Amino acid sequence: MDWQAFALSLRLAAVTTAILLAIAVPLAALLVLGRGRWLAALEALATLPMVLPPTVLGFFLLVLLGPRTAVGRGITALLGHPLAFSFDGLVAGSVIYSLPFAVQPLVAGFASVPTALVDAARLLGAGPVRLVATVLVPLARRSLLAAVVLSFLHTVGEFGVVLMLGGDIPGATRTLSIVLYNQVENFDYAAAGRTAAILLGLSVLALAVIYSTSQNRGSLRGGRRA
Amino acid sequence: MLKFSLDARRGSFHLEVECSFASDWTVIFGPSGAGKSTLLRLLAGLDRPNRGRIALDGSALTESSIGVYASPGHRRTALVAQQPALFPHLSVRANVAYGLHSLDRSGRASRVAEMLELVGATGLAGRNPQDLSGGEAQRVALARALAPGPRLLLLDEPFSALDGAASDALLERLQLWLKENQVQAVMATHDVTDALAMGAEVLLLREGRRTALGPAAQVLAAERQRLTVRLQGRSD
Repeated sequence: MDWQAFALSLRLAAVTTAILLAIAVPLAALLVLGRGRWLAALEALATLPMVLPPTVLGFFLLVLLGPRTAVGRGITALLGHPLAFSFDGLVAGSVIYSLPFAVQPLVAGFASVPTALVDAARLLGAGPVRLVATVLVPLARRSLLAAVVLSFLHTVGEFGVVLMLGGDIPGATRTLSIVLYNQVENFDYAAAGRTAAILLGLSVLALAVIYSTSQNRGSLRGGRRA
Repeated sequence: MLKFSLDARRGSFHLEVECSFASDWTVIFGPSGAGKSTLLRLLAGLDRPNRGRIALDGSALTESSIGVYASPGHRRTALVAQQPALFPHLSVRANVAYGLHSLDRSGRASRVAEMLELVGATGLAGRNPQDLSGGEAQRVALARALAPGPRLLLLDEPFSALDGAASDALLERLQLWLKENQVQAVMATHDVTDALAMGAEVLLLREGRRTALGPAAQVLAAERQRLTVRLQGRSD
């Protein structure tokens, strides 16, 4: 068992999920509460990574963050090292790749909050930040949990973006998915089975958390009382 | 004084009304679909008109020609709808305190107690909205709306879940409190007895248009005559 890759995968997923929440909560609130035709374009852009092949996304990011573009050169000058083939680069790629898995559950959750409650908060003087913090997020907490779990698991299991953008550097960019790929390539099926079992176990555990929460809050399943 | 001139289109429905309410308590009376709720939402700032202006005591709340749309929380306007819309994750006390974030802890507590007493809901402070009856929830919604000290109170058939005696007693206390605190009230209803009982001034609304505005007895007598003539026409 490659514990270094295991720890790196969990670290990558934790950092990515934290950054995603900071981006996805305000973005989802804007998509639900905002007005304007440009919001449809913004939502499409936020959903794009879901339908884009991971290798294609990884390739674009590799080129964008490399020395051939002004963006890549600027980031290298800022950080002192290129983002490609580094842990920071993996975080950047993971945030973009997993963005729809954080935004979509939150959009669905926020949209299910009755308009009358949003109106009541606005009439009582709540600005956008207070509205999100005190009404939307508490009432969409199950969607928030789903966004956290999906973002985390999607990052743990990602392969294409990681391989294209990070390569296979032990301790820096070698995640469990890369380890599994290497084990299969070396015909070490016993080790691959153990690695795959760990990835499967994480997924099952996370889904159990989501569904047990929804069972406990059965009243929310039939719609929220306003 | 509340003055407005509004032009708003919602699908096939078109509201076009110009009015000036001088009375402390005005009733907007009309059948379902007349545009009462649409008008109240526009006055509250929850929706924007296609064109128009709203002024309260001389201050412009909406002025579409120069792009002025005061946000709902900055109009000193409260709206209590038929559905109380209490925050289900907050206690009754926290619901009433929601609009009091500018007060300190003790100021909030005393204001909440005062408002709950006004609406006859003192014993409900620690309860959750899910545990309230329809009438109790409407009382709490009223307390929550009044707590920040609005200048204009908009009521959209807010006492439908209260029985007659309870509704009358609450209204009596409310009208006294509104007068003491110089709060102008506008209430929408399709119930003619409500309009007669409470409306010093009545705006008659039909299909998005103002058909009459004036003293309750005068406006409603004319409406009764119109309906009588219409019914006689049908029976003939």
